[in-house]
Amino acid sequence: MRTDFVVREVVTGLRRNVTMTIAMVLTTAISLVMVGTGLLAVRTIDRTEQLYSDRVEVQVALTQDISSADTDCSQPICMRLRSTLESTPLVASVRFESQQQAYERYLELFEGQSLADVVRPQSLPATLRVKLTEPAGAQAVRQAMTDQVGVRNVIDQREVVAKLFDFLGGVRDVAFALALVQAIAALLLISNTVQVSAFTRRVEVGVMRLVGATRWYTQLPFLIEAVVTGVVGAVIASVGLLVGKVLFFDQVLSGVVSNGVVPPVEVADVLWASPILLMIGAGIAAVTGYVTLRLYVRL
Amino acid sequence: MIRLERVTKVYAKSTRPALNGVSVEVERGEFVFLIGPSGSGKSTFLRLLLREDIPTRGTITIADLNVAKLPRRRVPQLRQRIGCVFQDFRLLPNKTVHGNVAFALEVIGKPPQMVRRLVPEVLELVGLDGKAERMPHELSGGEQQRVAIARAFANRPLVLLADEPTGNLDPDTSQGIMLLLERINRKGTTVIMATHDHSIVDSMRRRVVELSMGRLVRDDVVGVYGVTR
Repeated sequence: MRTDFVVREVVTGLRRNVTMTIAMVLTTAISLVMVGTGLLAVRTIDRTEQLYSDRVEVQVALTQDISSADTDCSQPICMRLRSTLESTPLVASVRFESQQQAYERYLELFEGQSLADVVRPQSLPATLRVKLTEPAGAQAVRQAMTDQVGVRNVIDQREVVAKLFDFLGGVRDVAFALALVQAIAALLLISNTVQVSAFTRRVEVGVMRLVGATRWYTQLPFLIEAVVTGVVGAVIASVGLLVGKVLFFDQVLSGVVSNGVVPPVEVADVLWASPILLMIGAGIAAVTGYVTLRLYVRL
Repeated sequence: MIRLERVTKVYAKSTRPALNGVSVEVERGEFVFLIGPSGSGKSTFLRLLLREDIPTRGTITIADLNVAKLPRRRVPQLRQRIGCVFQDFRLLPNKTVHGNVAFALEVIGKPPQMVRRLVPEVLELVGLDGKAERMPHELSGGEQQRVAIARAFANRPLVLLADEPTGNLDPDTSQGIMLLLERINRKGTTVIMATHDHSIVDSMRRRVVELSMGRLVRDDVVGVYGVTR
């Protein structure tokens, strides 16, 4: 195989259809940005799940009177609730948080915001914070605590976190759906470009056939053209993701990320995603190019 | 060398066979005119030799290759042994004379040093040395056809197929092309030339194979165009 020949043919081909080539590169790039966003969303979901799996608790809030009367869960009602919880299946541990502790945590959480000024220790309930060995335990805790004397309500943090997962899952689904639509557009464009490319070079290809060039020689330039655009698209997509991370993700989510609600998207994550995008871009372009040549172009 | 045995070709959408039971044998180094009116089957004849088409019935052998049974991946092998020249030259307009000839060698994987040696050689043979860097549109019709012949001959094929190579040229220029084809033939390459040109056939006095309505109607060792014998 004469590489210099193939390289020359590819460069000529790409230059000759320069507008098509650009369209192909951009469509591929956008499609891959969507795939990349989806991949990053999946990764963030996994991380967030890990982050919360050992952090999420079921909170049993105590009524106003108990909360203010008992500061260390040493009185009968609180002690009884605590021992009930400790003997409930799937409960790992129970920790008591007094009004004062709740207040301090509250101040810490909303430091510098006006919410911190309006709250008083008395307005926050004391809580029994239950760590579970398995998420399924939440139901048992709820059953054991409902309508018990001294219990105001039971809050399963998982329900709150579930909304966050719903959101991240939604981002992932939308990204993948858009990626799919764009991928179809990219696919058709690649197929079209290969056909146009083959048509504009029909004289060359005719001569190649006549003088006995092998299939590889006649087809490889077209395939490489398609793959080159796929790869360039993937590179642009990776750069786009990086820029998107810095300019958009880091800005919009800076609040929740610094609070530790959502783990940050690292540069390493984008670097993890880009080889995948590269393979997808090159792979799809190669397969589409090959199929098109087989189906529509007589070489 | 080239042998057709009872070759019939029926195209899918046609009722009459384009070729009908044609048997011909051509020896190495022969010069053969293939004549007959339009639609007589000359082009089909050439297309079958090149394996652009496969005969409906009959066998074709070129050298040791069974053309019709040749698997797809070996078709290039066949075509590398056959040079082709057409009425419309089929040059690449964006390549120089040298580039056009070199292209044919490059695409069959000839190494660069071989291309650099062969191209000037064959350009000299066809009388175009000194015009290597011209573009096709800067050349006359006759010169363009010489480039096409150089391209077809560069890889030293066993057979040169010429489909009306003088069809677009004036008589004097045609004469020059014929002299060139003769020179190539003398180097041992078998030449099969389809033509309508009476005067050329009559003046060359070579073997004449005539087709009519897809049948072989005449095969003279030394022939003229007309049936007057």
